[in-house]
Amino acid sequence: MNISRRRILVLLPAAAVAWKYVLAGTPEESPNYKMSDHWWSMLIDIPKCIGCGNCVRACQTENDVPDGNFRTWVERYHISDWQMTNPLGGMTNPMSDPQVISPDGGKEGFPVATDESGKYFFVPKLCNHCADSPCTQVCPVGATFVSPDGVVLVDQTYCLGCAYCVQACPYGCRYIHPVKKVADKCTLCYHRITKGLTTACCEACPTGARQLADLKNPKDPIHEFLKTHSVQVLKPQMATGAKVFYNDLDGSVR
Amino acid sequence: MNVFKDAGHLFRFAGLFVLAFLVFLVVRHFVVPKSFGQYGHYRGNAIGEIAAHPVKFAGHETCEACHADVAETKNKGKHAHVNCEACHGAQNKHASADDPSTVKPVLPDTTVLCARCHTASAAKPKGFPQVVPADHSNGLPCDTCHKPHSPAMDAGGAK
Repeated sequence: MNISRRRILVLLPAAAVAWKYVLAGTPEESPNYKMSDHWWSMLIDIPKCIGCGNCVRACQTENDVPDGNFRTWVERYHISDWQMTNPLGGMTNPMSDPQVISPDGGKEGFPVATDESGKYFFVPKLCNHCADSPCTQVCPVGATFVSPDGVVLVDQTYCLGCAYCVQACPYGCRYIHPVKKVADKCTLCYHRITKGLTTACCEACPTGARQLADLKNPKDPIHEFLKTHSVQVLKPQMATGAKVFYNDLDGSVR
Repeated sequence: MNVFKDAGHLFRFAGLFVLAFLVFLVVRHFVVPKSFGQYGHYRGNAIGEIAAHPVKFAGHETCEACHADVAETKNKGKHAHVNCEACHGAQNKHASADDPSTVKPVLPDTTVLCARCHTASAAKPKGFPQVVPADHSNGLPCDTCHKPHSPAMDAGGAK
Protein backbone atom coordinates (compact mmCIF):
# COMPACT_ATOMS: atom_id res chain seq x y z
CA MET A 1 0.00 0.00 0.00
CA ASN A 2 1.32 3.35 -0.99
CA ILE A 3 0.54 6.17 1.44
CA SER A 4 1.91 9.64 0.93
CA ARG A 5 3.10 11.87 3.75
CA ARG A 6 0.05 14.08 3.24
CA ARG A 7 -2.34 11.14 3.54
CA ILE A 8 -0.62 10.06 6.78
CA LEU A 9 -1.07 13.52 8.25
CA VAL A 10 -4.76 13.39 7.44
CA LEU A 11 -5.26 9.84 8.69
CA LEU A 12 -3.29 9.95 11.96
CA PRO A 13 -5.70 12.12 14.00
CA ALA A 14 -8.65 10.08 12.72
CA ALA A 15 -6.88 6.86 13.65
CA ALA A 16 -6.14 8.21 17.14
CA VAL A 17 -9.83 8.91 17.71
CA ALA A 18 -10.90 5.56 16.28
CA TRP A 19 -8.37 3.66 18.42
CA LYS A 20 -10.22 4.57 21.62
CA TYR A 21 -13.28 2.74 20.32
CA VAL A 22 -11.28 -0.19 19.03
CA LEU A 23 -9.82 -0.67 22.52
CA ALA A 24 -13.28 -0.40 24.07
CA GLY A 25 -14.46 -3.22 21.80
CA THR A 26 -16.94 -1.07 19.87
CA PRO A 27 -15.11 -0.18 16.66
CA GLU A 28 -18.38 0.36 14.77
CA GLU A 29 -19.00 3.46 16.91
CA SER A 30 -15.64 5.02 16.12
CA PRO A 31 -16.48 8.47 14.84
CA ASN A 32 -14.40 10.88 12.89
CA TYR A 33 -17.21 13.34 13.27
CA LYS A 34 -19.96 13.44 15.85
CA MET A 35 -22.94 15.62 15.01
CA SER A 36 -23.91 16.17 18.65
CA ASP A 37 -20.53 17.77 19.39
CA HIS A 38 -21.04 20.72 17.03
CA TRP A 39 -23.33 23.68 16.51
CA TRP A 40 -22.08 25.51 13.47
CA SER A 41 -22.25 29.22 12.78
CA MET A 42 -20.30 31.88 10.96
CA LEU A 43 -18.74 35.14 11.97
CA ILE A 44 -18.46 38.00 9.47
CA ASP A 45 -16.19 40.87 10.32
CA ILE A 46 -17.54 43.74 8.18
CA PRO A 47 -14.54 46.11 8.61
CA LYS A 48 -12.23 43.42 7.21
CA CYS A 49 -14.17 42.78 3.99
CA ILE A 50 -12.59 44.35 0.91
CA GLY A 51 -15.17 43.15 -1.61
CA CYS A 52 -12.77 41.06 -3.70
CA GLY A 53 -15.38 38.39 -4.44
CA ASN A 54 -13.04 35.50 -3.61
CA CYS A 55 -15.70 33.88 -1.42
CA VAL A 56 -18.33 34.00 -4.18
CA ARG A 57 -15.98 32.41 -6.71
CA ALA A 58 -14.75 29.81 -4.23
CA CYS A 59 -18.32 28.86 -3.33
CA GLN A 60 -19.24 28.49 -6.97
CA THR A 61 -16.23 26.26 -7.61
CA GLU A 62 -16.64 24.12 -4.51
CA ASN A 63 -20.38 23.58 -4.78
CA ASP A 64 -20.97 23.72 -8.56
CA VAL A 65 -23.32 26.69 -8.14
CA PRO A 66 -24.87 27.58 -11.52
CA ASP A 67 -24.11 31.00 -13.04
CA GLY A 68 -26.60 33.62 -11.98
CA ASN A 69 -27.46 31.87 -8.71
CA PHE A 70 -25.62 32.41 -5.47
CA ARG A 71 -25.17 30.49 -2.25
CA THR A 72 -23.17 33.44 -1.00
CA TRP A 73 -22.85 36.91 -2.42
CA VAL A 74 -21.42 40.29 -1.42
CA GLU A 75 -23.31 43.59 -1.33
CA ARG A 76 -21.70 47.01 -1.30
CA TYR A 77 -23.48 49.68 0.71
CA HIS A 78 -22.95 53.38 0.21
CA ILE A 79 -24.61 55.75 2.64
CA SER A 80 -23.96 59.07 0.93
CA ASP A 81 -25.50 61.29 3.63
CA TRP A 82 -23.63 59.61 6.42
CA GLN A 83 -21.36 62.57 7.27
CA MET A 84 -24.16 65.09 6.94
CA THR A 85 -26.67 63.32 9.14
CA ASN A 86 -24.10 62.65 11.77
CA PRO A 87 -21.11 65.03 11.97
CA LEU A 88 -19.82 63.23 15.05
CA GLY A 89 -19.62 59.99 13.12
CA GLY A 90 -21.64 57.89 15.53
CA MET A 91 -24.66 56.01 14.28
CA THR A 92 -26.21 56.07 10.86
CA ASN A 93 -29.41 58.05 10.51
CA PRO A 94 -32.08 55.34 10.55
CA MET A 95 -33.92 57.19 7.80
CA SER A 96 -30.92 57.31 5.49
CA ASP A 97 -31.28 55.54 2.20
CA PRO A 98 -28.29 53.35 1.38
CA GLN A 99 -27.36 52.61 -2.21
CA VAL A 100 -26.75 48.88 -2.49
CA ILE A 101 -25.02 47.21 -5.42
CA SER A 102 -24.04 43.61 -6.01
CA PRO A 103 -22.96 43.18 -9.65
CA ASP A 104 -23.14 39.43 -10.43
CA GLY A 105 -23.17 38.82 -6.67
CA GLY A 106 -19.81 40.58 -6.37
CA LYS A 107 -18.20 37.57 -8.05
CA GLU A 108 -15.74 39.67 -10.05
CA GLY A 109 -15.40 42.37 -7.42
CA PHE A 110 -16.93 45.84 -7.54
CA PRO A 111 -16.50 48.90 -9.76
CA VAL A 112 -14.01 51.42 -8.39
CA ALA A 113 -15.77 53.93 -6.14
CA THR A 114 -14.61 57.48 -6.76
CA ASP A 115 -17.12 59.36 -4.62
CA GLU A 116 -15.20 59.81 -1.36
CA SER A 117 -18.15 61.19 0.58
CA GLY A 118 -20.28 59.14 2.92
CA LYS A 119 -19.68 55.67 4.23
CA TYR A 120 -18.96 52.51 2.28
CA PHE A 121 -18.90 48.94 3.47
CA PHE A 122 -19.28 45.44 2.09
CA VAL A 123 -21.73 42.91 3.46
CA PRO A 124 -21.11 39.27 2.54
CA LYS A 125 -24.35 37.33 2.73
CA LEU A 126 -25.13 33.65 2.93
CA CYS A 127 -27.65 31.32 4.53
CA ASN A 128 -27.94 32.30 8.20
CA HIS A 129 -28.43 28.66 9.25
CA CYS A 130 -31.24 29.74 11.54
CA ALA A 131 -31.94 27.65 14.61
CA ASP A 132 -35.68 28.34 14.17
CA SER A 133 -35.61 28.42 10.44
CA PRO A 134 -38.73 29.62 8.58
CA CYS A 135 -37.68 27.75 5.44
CA THR A 136 -37.62 24.33 7.07
CA GLN A 137 -40.98 24.89 8.73
CA VAL A 138 -42.84 25.40 5.46
CA CYS A 139 -41.51 22.36 3.59
CA PRO A 140 -44.50 20.12 2.84
CA VAL A 141 -42.48 16.91 2.44
CA GLY A 142 -39.65 17.15 4.98
CA ALA A 143 -36.98 17.72 2.36
CA THR A 144 -35.26 20.54 4.20
CA PHE A 145 -34.26 20.48 7.82
CA VAL A 146 -31.88 21.74 10.48
CA SER A 147 -29.31 19.00 11.00
CA PRO A 148 -28.39 17.93 14.55
CA ASP A 149 -25.23 20.05 14.24
CA GLY A 150 -27.12 23.21 13.32
CA VAL A 151 -26.80 23.36 9.54
CA VAL A 152 -29.85 23.96 7.35
CA LEU A 153 -29.71 21.41 4.55
CA VAL A 154 -31.80 20.33 1.56
CA ASP A 155 -32.42 16.68 0.74
CA GLN A 156 -32.37 17.13 -3.02
CA THR A 157 -33.56 13.60 -3.77
CA TYR A 158 -36.69 14.29 -1.72
CA CYS A 159 -37.39 17.90 -2.70
CA LEU A 160 -40.36 18.49 -4.99
CA GLY A 161 -39.20 21.90 -6.16
CA CYS A 162 -42.35 23.68 -4.99
CA ALA A 163 -40.23 26.71 -4.01
CA TYR A 164 -42.24 27.36 -0.89
CA CYS A 165 -38.99 27.57 1.10
CA VAL A 166 -37.56 30.05 -1.42
CA GLN A 167 -40.40 32.38 -0.55
CA ALA A 168 -40.19 31.67 3.18
CA CYS A 169 -36.52 32.61 3.60
CA PRO A 170 -36.45 36.22 4.82
CA TYR A 171 -32.84 36.58 3.68
CA GLY A 172 -33.28 35.45 0.06
CA CYS A 173 -30.72 32.70 0.46
CA ARG A 174 -32.46 29.95 -1.48
CA TYR A 175 -33.02 29.39 -5.18
CA ILE A 176 -34.38 26.72 -7.46
CA HIS A 177 -31.52 24.97 -9.22
CA PRO A 178 -32.09 25.61 -12.94
CA VAL A 179 -31.05 22.08 -13.96
CA LYS A 180 -32.05 19.91 -11.01
CA LYS A 181 -35.31 21.90 -10.48
CA VAL A 182 -35.02 21.50 -6.72
CA ALA A 183 -34.25 23.94 -3.92
CA ASP A 184 -30.56 24.69 -3.48
CA LYS A 185 -28.74 26.72 -0.88
CA CYS A 186 -25.59 27.13 1.20
CA THR A 187 -24.74 23.90 3.04
CA LEU A 188 -22.08 25.70 5.10
CA CYS A 189 -19.83 23.34 3.10
CA TYR A 190 -21.19 20.45 5.13
CA HIS A 191 -18.97 18.05 3.18
CA ARG A 192 -15.94 20.04 4.35
CA ILE A 193 -16.75 20.91 7.96
CA THR A 194 -17.54 17.26 8.71
CA LYS A 195 -14.01 16.43 7.54
CA GLY A 196 -12.33 19.02 9.74
CA LEU A 197 -11.87 21.57 6.95
CA THR A 198 -13.25 25.08 7.00
CA THR A 199 -15.78 26.24 4.39
CA ALA A 200 -14.61 27.13 0.88
CA CYS A 201 -15.50 30.81 1.38
CA CYS A 202 -13.54 31.03 4.63
CA GLU A 203 -10.63 29.16 3.06
CA ALA A 204 -10.54 31.63 0.15
CA CYS A 205 -11.13 34.85 2.12
CA PRO A 206 -7.82 36.75 2.03
CA THR A 207 -8.54 39.04 4.98
CA GLY A 208 -10.21 36.68 7.46
CA ALA A 209 -13.48 38.58 7.19
CA ARG A 210 -15.32 35.26 7.26
CA GLN A 211 -14.73 32.72 9.96
CA LEU A 212 -16.44 29.41 10.51
CA ALA A 213 -17.35 29.02 14.17
CA ASP A 214 -18.50 26.10 16.29
CA LEU A 215 -20.65 27.38 19.13
CA LYS A 216 -20.44 24.04 20.97
CA ASN A 217 -16.65 24.11 21.05
CA PRO A 218 -15.66 25.98 24.22
CA LYS A 219 -12.21 26.67 22.75
CA ASP A 220 -13.57 28.39 19.64
CA PRO A 221 -12.42 32.04 19.52
CA ILE A 222 -15.99 33.11 18.66
CA HIS A 223 -17.00 33.11 22.35
CA GLU A 224 -14.36 35.70 23.19
CA PHE A 225 -15.28 37.66 20.07
CA LEU A 226 -19.01 37.76 20.85
CA LYS A 227 -18.27 39.07 24.34
CA THR A 228 -15.92 41.82 23.25
CA HIS A 229 -17.51 43.10 20.03
CA SER A 230 -20.75 44.70 18.95
CA VAL A 231 -22.11 41.73 17.02
CA GLN A 232 -25.52 41.50 15.40
CA VAL A 233 -27.55 39.20 13.20
CA LEU A 234 -29.69 40.17 10.21
CA LYS A 235 -33.40 40.82 10.86
CA PRO A 236 -33.32 39.96 14.58
CA GLN A 237 -36.95 41.05 14.87
CA MET A 238 -37.98 37.96 12.89
CA ALA A 239 -36.69 35.67 15.65
CA THR A 240 -35.23 33.20 13.22
CA GLY A 241 -32.34 32.35 15.51
CA ALA A 242 -29.90 33.36 12.75
CA LYS A 243 -26.38 32.05 13.36
CA VAL A 244 -24.38 34.24 10.99
CA PHE A 245 -22.97 36.95 13.23
CA TYR A 246 -21.95 40.31 11.78
CA ASN A 247 -19.41 42.47 13.54
CA ASP A 248 -19.88 46.25 13.25
CA LEU A 249 -23.04 45.91 11.18
CA ASP A 250 -24.57 49.20 10.10
CA GLY A 251 -28.21 49.71 11.07
CA SER A 252 -29.21 50.29 7.44
CA VAL A 253 -28.43 46.69 6.40
CA ARG A 254 -31.54 44.61 5.79
CA MET B 1 -82.37 -9.04 22.39
CA ASN B 2 -79.45 -9.40 20.05
CA VAL B 3 -77.71 -6.07 19.57
CA PHE B 4 -75.79 -7.46 16.56
CA LYS B 5 -78.99 -8.27 14.72
CA ASP B 6 -79.11 -6.48 11.40
CA ALA B 7 -75.54 -5.13 12.02
CA GLY B 8 -73.86 -7.07 9.18
CA HIS B 9 -73.43 -4.02 7.04
CA LEU B 10 -71.52 -2.34 9.90
CA PHE B 11 -69.10 -5.29 10.20
CA ARG B 12 -68.57 -5.33 6.46
CA PHE B 13 -67.75 -1.66 6.56
CA ALA B 14 -65.43 -2.09 9.58
CA GLY B 15 -63.67 -4.92 7.77
CA LEU B 16 -63.22 -2.74 4.75
CA PHE B 17 -61.80 -0.03 6.98
CA VAL B 18 -59.28 -2.40 8.61
CA LEU B 19 -58.27 -3.73 5.19
CA ALA B 20 -57.73 -0.21 3.86
CA PHE B 21 -55.63 0.61 6.92
CA LEU B 22 -53.48 -2.49 6.36
CA VAL B 23 -53.00 -1.54 2.70
CA PHE B 24 -52.01 1.93 3.89
CA LEU B 25 -49.43 0.46 6.29
CA VAL B 26 -47.98 -1.82 3.60
CA VAL B 27 -47.75 0.97 1.03
CA ARG B 28 -46.27 3.32 3.62
CA HIS B 29 -43.65 0.73 4.52
CA PHE B 30 -42.42 0.64 0.94
CA VAL B 31 -42.85 4.33 0.10
CA VAL B 32 -41.32 6.06 3.14
CA PRO B 33 -37.50 5.89 3.07
CA LYS B 34 -35.94 3.72 5.77
CA SER B 35 -34.07 6.55 7.47
CA PHE B 36 -37.00 8.97 7.51
CA GLY B 37 -37.55 10.17 11.07
CA GLN B 38 -34.14 9.04 12.31
CA TYR B 39 -33.29 12.53 13.55
CA GLY B 40 -36.48 14.43 12.75
CA HIS B 41 -39.08 14.86 10.04
CA TYR B 42 -36.61 14.19 7.22
CA ARG B 43 -34.50 11.46 5.69
CA GLY B 44 -31.56 10.85 8.04
CA ASN B 45 -29.41 9.41 5.25
CA ALA B 46 -29.59 12.76 3.44
CA ILE B 47 -27.03 14.14 5.92
CA GLY B 48 -24.47 11.52 4.89
CA GLU B 49 -25.21 12.03 1.20
CA ILE B 50 -24.65 15.79 1.49
CA ALA B 51 -21.45 15.18 3.44
CA ALA B 52 -20.21 12.94 0.60
CA HIS B 53 -19.98 15.86 -1.86
CA PRO B 54 -16.43 15.98 -3.29
CA VAL B 55 -14.02 18.52 -1.83
CA LYS B 56 -12.39 20.92 -4.30
CA PHE B 57 -10.40 23.20 -1.99
CA ALA B 58 -7.80 21.07 -0.24
CA GLY B 59 -7.22 23.48 2.65
CA HIS B 60 -3.98 25.23 3.57
CA GLU B 61 -2.93 22.53 6.05
CA THR B 62 -2.79 20.07 3.16
CA CYS B 63 -0.73 22.47 1.02
CA GLU B 64 1.69 23.15 3.86
CA ALA B 65 2.33 19.45 4.42
CA CYS B 66 4.38 19.42 1.21
CA HIS B 67 5.12 23.11 0.55
CA ALA B 68 6.49 23.88 4.01
CA ASP B 69 9.19 26.14 2.54
CA VAL B 70 6.63 28.40 0.84
CA ALA B 71 4.49 28.45 3.96
CA GLU B 72 7.49 29.57 6.00
CA THR B 73 8.24 32.47 3.63
CA LYS B 74 4.58 33.45 3.53
CA ASN B 75 4.13 33.33 7.29
CA LYS B 76 6.89 35.89 7.75
CA GLY B 77 5.38 38.33 5.27
CA LYS B 78 2.32 40.54 4.91
CA HIS B 79 0.33 37.71 3.35
CA ALA B 80 0.71 35.41 6.37
CA HIS B 81 -3.05 35.26 6.93
CA VAL B 82 -3.91 34.69 3.24
CA ASN B 83 -4.55 31.00 2.57
CA CYS B 84 -2.81 29.31 -0.36
CA GLU B 85 -5.98 28.66 -2.33
CA ALA B 86 -7.20 32.26 -1.98
CA CYS B 87 -4.79 33.02 -4.84
CA HIS B 88 -3.97 29.62 -6.35
CA GLY B 89 -7.60 28.46 -6.57
CA ALA B 90 -9.04 25.06 -5.69
CA GLN B 91 -6.21 22.51 -5.67
CA ASN B 92 -7.63 19.27 -4.33
CA LYS B 93 -7.12 17.61 -7.73
CA HIS B 94 -3.42 18.42 -7.42
CA ALA B 95 -3.26 17.50 -3.72
CA SER B 96 -5.17 14.23 -3.95
CA ALA B 97 -3.42 12.93 -7.08
CA ASP B 98 -1.25 9.85 -6.56
CA ASP B 99 1.60 11.88 -8.02
CA PRO B 100 0.81 15.59 -7.47
CA SER B 101 3.41 16.61 -10.05
CA THR B 102 1.20 15.18 -12.81
CA VAL B 103 -1.58 17.69 -12.03
CA LYS B 104 0.25 20.97 -12.31
CA PRO B 105 -1.61 24.03 -10.99
CA VAL B 106 -1.77 27.02 -13.31
CA LEU B 107 0.33 29.91 -12.03
CA PRO B 108 -2.01 32.90 -11.48
CA ASP B 109 -1.47 36.05 -13.56
CA THR B 110 -0.46 38.67 -11.00
CA THR B 111 -1.74 41.54 -13.18
CA VAL B 112 -5.29 40.28 -12.63
CA LEU B 113 -4.88 38.51 -9.30
CA CYS B 114 -3.31 41.29 -7.23
CA ALA B 115 -5.62 43.94 -8.69
CA ARG B 116 -8.68 42.08 -7.37
CA CYS B 117 -7.76 42.97 -3.82
CA HIS B 118 -5.38 45.91 -4.14
CA THR B 119 -7.06 48.18 -6.73
CA ALA B 120 -7.72 51.50 -5.00
CA SER B 121 -11.38 52.26 -4.32
CA ALA B 122 -13.07 54.67 -1.95
CA ALA B 123 -15.27 51.76 -0.88
CA LYS B 124 -12.43 49.73 0.64
CA PRO B 125 -11.42 49.98 4.30
CA LYS B 126 -8.98 52.88 4.67
CA GLY B 127 -6.20 50.85 6.28
CA PHE B 128 -6.08 48.29 3.47
CA PRO B 129 -3.08 48.73 1.12
CA GLN B 130 -4.41 49.81 -2.30
CA VAL B 131 -2.92 51.26 -5.49
CA VAL B 132 -4.15 52.51 -8.84
CA PRO B 133 -2.57 49.78 -11.00
CA ALA B 134 -2.11 51.99 -14.09
CA ASP B 135 -0.22 54.67 -12.12
CA HIS B 136 1.59 52.26 -9.83
CA SER B 137 3.22 49.89 -12.29
CA ASN B 138 2.28 51.22 -15.73
CA GLY B 139 0.88 47.86 -16.74
CA LEU B 140 3.83 45.74 -15.61
CA PRO B 141 2.91 42.51 -13.81
CA CYS B 142 3.08 42.95 -10.03
CA ASP B 143 5.59 40.12 -9.62
CA THR B 144 8.16 42.16 -11.55
CA CYS B 145 8.90 43.88 -8.23
CA HIS B 146 6.88 42.13 -5.49
CA LYS B 147 7.15 38.48 -4.53
CA PRO B 148 3.54 37.50 -3.88
CA HIS B 149 4.42 35.19 -0.96
CA SER B 150 6.19 38.03 0.83
CA PRO B 151 5.23 41.22 -0.97
CA ALA B 152 6.91 43.95 1.10
CA MET B 153 9.88 45.47 -0.78
CA ASP B 154 11.94 46.27 2.33
CA ALA B 155 11.58 42.74 3.67
CA GLY B 156 13.68 41.42 0.82
CA GLY B 157 10.59 40.86 -1.25
CA ALA B 158 11.93 42.69 -4.31
CA LYS B 159 14.10 40.93 -6.80
